Amino acid sequence: MAAGTGSGRTVSATFRPIRGWLLLPSWAIIGFFMVIPVLLMLVYSFLTKEFRGGVIWEPTLAAYDQFLFDRGLFGDEPPTIEWAYITIFIRSILQATGATLLCLLIGFPTAFFIATRPAHTRAIWLFLITIPYWVNLLIRTVSVRFLIRDNGPLNDFLLALGLVDQPLGLINTNFAVQLGLFYSYLPFMVLPIYAAVERYNFAFSEAASDLYAPKWTILRRIVIPVVKPGIIAGCILVFVPSLGAFLAPDLLGGAKTYMIGSLIEEQFKGNAGNWPFGAAASMILLSMVLVVLLFYARGQSREGA
Amino acid sequence: MTAAISLRDVRKTFGDFTALKAVSFDIADNEFFTLLGPSGCGKTTLLRLIAGFEGTTGGTIHLYGQEIEGLPPDRRPVNTVFQNYALFPHMTVQENIAFGLQMLKWPRADIAARVAEMVAMVRLGDFVHRKPAQMSGGQQQRVALARAMAPRPKVLLLDEPLSALDLKLRQEMRSELKRLQRETGITFIFVTHDQEEALSMSDRIAVMSAGEVQQIGRPSEIYEHPANRFVADFIGETNLIDATVEAVEGQIVTCRLPDGETVHALANRAASKGQSGTLSIRPERLTITRDPPPGESLKGVLGASTYLGTDTHYEVRLGPNLSLTARMQNAEDAALRLDEGDPVHVSIVAGAARFLVT
Repeated sequence: MAAGTGSGRTVSATFRPIRGWLLLPSWAIIGFFMVIPVLLMLVYSFLTKEFRGGVIWEPTLAAYDQFLFDRGLFGDEPPTIEWAYITIFIRSILQATGATLLCLLIGFPTAFFIATRPAHTRAIWLFLITIPYWVNLLIRTVSVRFLIRDNGPLNDFLLALGLVDQPLGLINTNFAVQLGLFYSYLPFMVLPIYAAVERYNFAFSEAASDLYAPKWTILRRIVIPVVKPGIIAGCILVFVPSLGAFLAPDLLGGAKTYMIGSLIEEQFKGNAGNWPFGAAASMILLSMVLVVLLFYARGQSREGA
Repeated sequence: MTAAISLRDVRKTFGDFTALKAVSFDIADNEFFTLLGPSGCGKTTLLRLIAGFEGTTGGTIHLYGQEIEGLPPDRRPVNTVFQNYALFPHMTVQENIAFGLQMLKWPRADIAARVAEMVAMVRLGDFVHRKPAQMSGGQQQRVALARAMAPRPKVLLLDEPLSALDLKLRQEMRSELKRLQRETGITFIFVTHDQEEALSMSDRIAVMSAGEVQQIGRPSEIYEHPANRFVADFIGETNLIDATVEAVEGQIVTCRLPDGETVHALANRAASKGQSGTLSIRPERLTITRDPPPGESLKGVLGASTYLGTDTHYEVRLGPNLSLTARMQNAEDAALRLDEGDPVHVSIVAGAARFLVT
């Protein structure tokens, strides 16, 4: 650590005169692929929709109004709260929370297991965890659909064992969406926790045991608090993409499991969409994510103090 | 009086590797006992067996007469000071010290009083709300001590606790540890590879090598009367010379050195004529003079010297197969200075040579 900082200082001293220029490519990429698209969305969300997709350059709050308020079929009634989209939003948050908890429940023991294997076998375990993720997300989600459908292998297996009389109606349920999200984002939970547990000094556990702490108390009072940054990072990495996911809800869910990601996707697909509305929904989603990240950052800085 | 710790034929193997071979000895109540040896000698393994972090392969361990083998660490009334302290990084000094007491379910008020007492004992009053990362190595060391001593363990185990500190702090902590041990009356079992640490603090030392106890005794016994060549070599500096017994007179043997000279020495056990062994002479027990001294002396030529402040190390070549290291206090008188190549006489302080039967 110290050596790295030392050499870093020398390098930065050498490049100080041109340091600004060296960062230019990074700034260009971040600006081009992140800042500009987000600003574009922000601008679009305040424009008027064109009926076959696209926008008309007339500023309006119509998109946000449509998201939040119901003004009747012809738009002339007094506004009431529009629950349809808010429900979708809340459902998305619940689904994402559920997927995050499921990933944590499975991911933490997995990461712990891998991190406590002999050093030379850890790479193999990590590789095994990541193998499925070399396959396209769409294909993987479809394969989950294939696995759990009424006449799929899971139901066939349960029927053959006689555990159930008729296929479990798993497909098009919240559970199916949960499973899809869990499967899509599990490594994002495992890897940061693994990194934290690998750095965890097991002498802490021995010390706690020496000081009369039983096993579960050691886990609760020592291990989890020490690896907490990894757990939080994993939770964020799973929660954020789950919140905006559209593949799992589209392929595994039904009308009752509609999520915000699908809503946004539809606004931009084909000619039927409503770009300003999609952009407004995106902005609302982005604000939610930023709120979560802000809480995290505040917690981190308080920790450091 | 029951021994604090009583080890009987304690063995430990890790796969094919034997870490401890049938170790048996007692550690007395209220004793500062040191396990001393090079790395890999089994001293840390023995400590971990007493703490309960590892199970024995065979043998029994009794703590004040009670068999503790099989009990997990959280059910043994012993506490450990770890080599790198293992302080809980997310807890303050106060929380670290209180942890063991909370686990023992002490009443809240008692915990607060005990923590305050420990903080005062290790002189950390200003730091109670700091976290380990905000403290120096020496301060962390004190927290580790306070944390381990707070639950009033019957035996305190210390695993090379001073090795991470710099020299000056290490010397301060030696007297600090000794003071804490006297004040609390807790039995200390101290593991170290540093012989100076062992000699300066311990009531008794067990010198270990290759999973076996080589010698147990008071520091002066270990230094003055090493049981074998390993102990003589490991503790302090010494000249080790292969020798054979010429004559035996009670405990005193006359031994012949490689180049034919003879020296009188105290044998570590009964020796007989013709037996081979090792002669051990501490460098500070050798005197170098220009003129032949009265009594037994060896002739030689002065070799390289190393100036060390209070004293100087001299190499003396006695013959083709033999040279000795002598350590002499530096004299103020420059006329007594010796130079490389000077012919000199080396004499051994009476009763200082040891013959170690192989």
